[in-house]
Amino acid sequence: MKKFLMATAATALMSGSVMAASHSTEVKIGVILGFTGPIESLTPAMAAGAEMAMKEVSDSGKLLGGAMVTPVRADSTCVDAGAATAAAERLITSDGVKGIMGADCSGVTGAILANVAVPNGVVMISPSATSPALSTAEDNGLFFRTSPSDARQGQVLADVLMEKGLTSVAVTYTNNDYGKGLADSFAAAYAAAGGTVTATTAHEDGKADYSAEVGALASAGGDALVVAGYVDQGGPGIIRAALDTGAFDTFVLPDGMIGAALEEKFGDELDGSIGTVPGTESEGAAMILTMAEAAGFSGEGPYIGESYDAAALIMLAMEAAGSVEPGDYKTKIMDVANAPGEKIYPGELAKALEILAGGGDVDYVGATAVELIGAGESAGSYREILIEGGKMTTAAYR
Amino acid sequence: MELLNAFVVLSNFVLIPAIAYGSQLALGALGVTLIYGILRFSNFAHGDTMAFGTMVVVLVTWLFQSWGINLGPLPTALLALPFGIAGCAALVLLTDRMVYRFYRVQKAKPVILVIVSMGVMFIMNGLVRFIIGPDDQQFADGERFIVSVRTFKKLTGLDEGLAIRTTQGITVVTAVIVVAVLFWFLNRTRTGKSMRAYSDNEDLALLSGINPERVVLYTWLIVAALATVAGTLYGLDKTFKPFTFFQLLLPIFAAAIVGGLGSPLGAIAGGFVIAFSEVTVTYAWKKVLGYALPEGLEPTGLVQLLSTDYKFAVSFVILLVVLLFRPTGLFKGKSV
Repeated sequence: MKKFLMATAATALMSGSVMAASHSTEVKIGVILGFTGPIESLTPAMAAGAEMAMKEVSDSGKLLGGAMVTPVRADSTCVDAGAATAAAERLITSDGVKGIMGADCSGVTGAILANVAVPNGVVMISPSATSPALSTAEDNGLFFRTSPSDARQGQVLADVLMEKGLTSVAVTYTNNDYGKGLADSFAAAYAAAGGTVTATTAHEDGKADYSAEVGALASAGGDALVVAGYVDQGGPGIIRAALDTGAFDTFVLPDGMIGAALEEKFGDELDGSIGTVPGTESEGAAMILTMAEAAGFSGEGPYIGESYDAAALIMLAMEAAGSVEPGDYKTKIMDVANAPGEKIYPGELAKALEILAGGGDVDYVGATAVELIGAGESAGSYREILIEGGKMTTAAYR
Repeated sequence: MELLNAFVVLSNFVLIPAIAYGSQLALGALGVTLIYGILRFSNFAHGDTMAFGTMVVVLVTWLFQSWGINLGPLPTALLALPFGIAGCAALVLLTDRMVYRFYRVQKAKPVILVIVSMGVMFIMNGLVRFIIGPDDQQFADGERFIVSVRTFKKLTGLDEGLAIRTTQGITVVTAVIVVAVLFWFLNRTRTGKSMRAYSDNEDLALLSGINPERVVLYTWLIVAALATVAGTLYGLDKTFKPFTFFQLLLPIFAAAIVGGLGSPLGAIAGGFVIAFSEVTVTYAWKKVLGYALPEGLEPTGLVQLLSTDYKFAVSFVILLVVLLFRPTGLFKGKSV
């Protein structure tokens, strides 16, 4: 067995050097996502999205005069900061990646940024970390994200509620970084807009019984109940208990609560409830679906477009800077992502590379209508959802 | 009218949920207390025994549903209950045969049996997840409500609504029947009496010719039935998810100890004490007081003693207080 392992390792090493020799340059980009852990069902498609962009660039042969881009996967586990840090350390020190597409969950993303990316000076673009705390994290200009901060979602939710005339609500959130961050940002935005939060209660996921939580929220009252939870965790339990006891009949559902399970579980009982979920009406969203299908995976899942965009941004910035070194290209990411310049949609990376090589300017739109603001995070466009006749319908984009 | 509204709110959010939850805890605690009284150890595997029994009920319910058999307005699970009890009984008898008997013959100390029961707990835990998976399972069917908020408001014309779910009604009715049958069995039948004798004084019982293996067998059968009924009621009323039964272990033990380990009456009282304190301590009284107090005195705050995050802490605190000041529990059980 030992011999076999040695032989495999030797072959792998040799083939690696052969590969490197046969091409002028090879650029490695890390793909660090939670391939095990709570979102393990989402990450394979996200990684496939990012790798699709890398393959597109490699095939075009136009990055820095024909560089090959190789993805290197690593497991962030989504929850274990220690394991994620070690995995990222390995990517940089032993694989020598020039940029990181990831990480996914907010907690591990912050840990990798502080412990690995900043000390080593490597650019990180996260497709899905949405915690508001990351906006102000110390990053030396190395951290970006193609997903919006939840602070933005809080604002969008507050706007939707005020427009509907719902001026007092109770809030319950799932007891973690995501839920707490979202509940806080919503409460701040809502209060600023003139609304009243009657009560804020945390709930633990995975419980069978939420009657105590709902009892407290019902006592506080309000026009609607904001459930900042997960659709396959405690969220439906809260809604069920609130419906059964007649505590609330209108619910406000942020992105974690939007899923097919909602329609299955409640049917038309939720009519009149509203929700928000990141989404755009840009044509890029449809294009990435077809591309994913052609590449042999489903593009329906969340954050696939964001992953594609994150990887694309790294490579376009490299071309714009004329260098694969993170220290050189980190300042170019905002330039390629935002106007002015030629609009670039998914599948047009070759065209973008050509323009950049010719000294032109691009405005990367990508799958998710990327527009980086502030410290380098997506401005965020959201789809406003209204539940009607037991179905989730799109009321507006904002 | 105001007072009536206050009472309706209180019933809707405190009394009815607490009574249903209390009945489920009481049935669970009865099982724990019987094992403690007769087999003389704290059975940590009880929560997962409940999960296993309920799992069998869920599987049989699905089978019946696929055959189109149902009970009309009542949940089909009631029909599947006997099968669940049989399955659960088979499992606990098997465990007793393979694990507990070995230690019983050796006259092992209770603390060893407690650790053994933890091992059994993990195995049962894995078994249930292996068969049905770790996810939520839906198996409730039939009519959802006895009284729904809308019909109640229409009937009474009150501002506040009251909902009684079918599962809550069934829980209370079933609990009453099961407890009545159990007490009749323990107090009136020969086997029941021999079980109590064995529990009171093992040596004297053996001298008077009671067959210990028979007592053990009956105990396990009753415990399997209690665990399956409690688990199924809890699953119907809330949801079936293997992990929640493991979490139920704490309030169940708190109930059994508060009532007095080994005392069936105590287990029932303990169940309701724990359930009511969990719900009332964490309840926000704003709405009730708003109706009950005269105008001008309504509270502006939530009037919540403890945040709902501390729900489980309540059972812990009660447990500690009872152990400190009355180690034998409210009903003079055995001291722990």
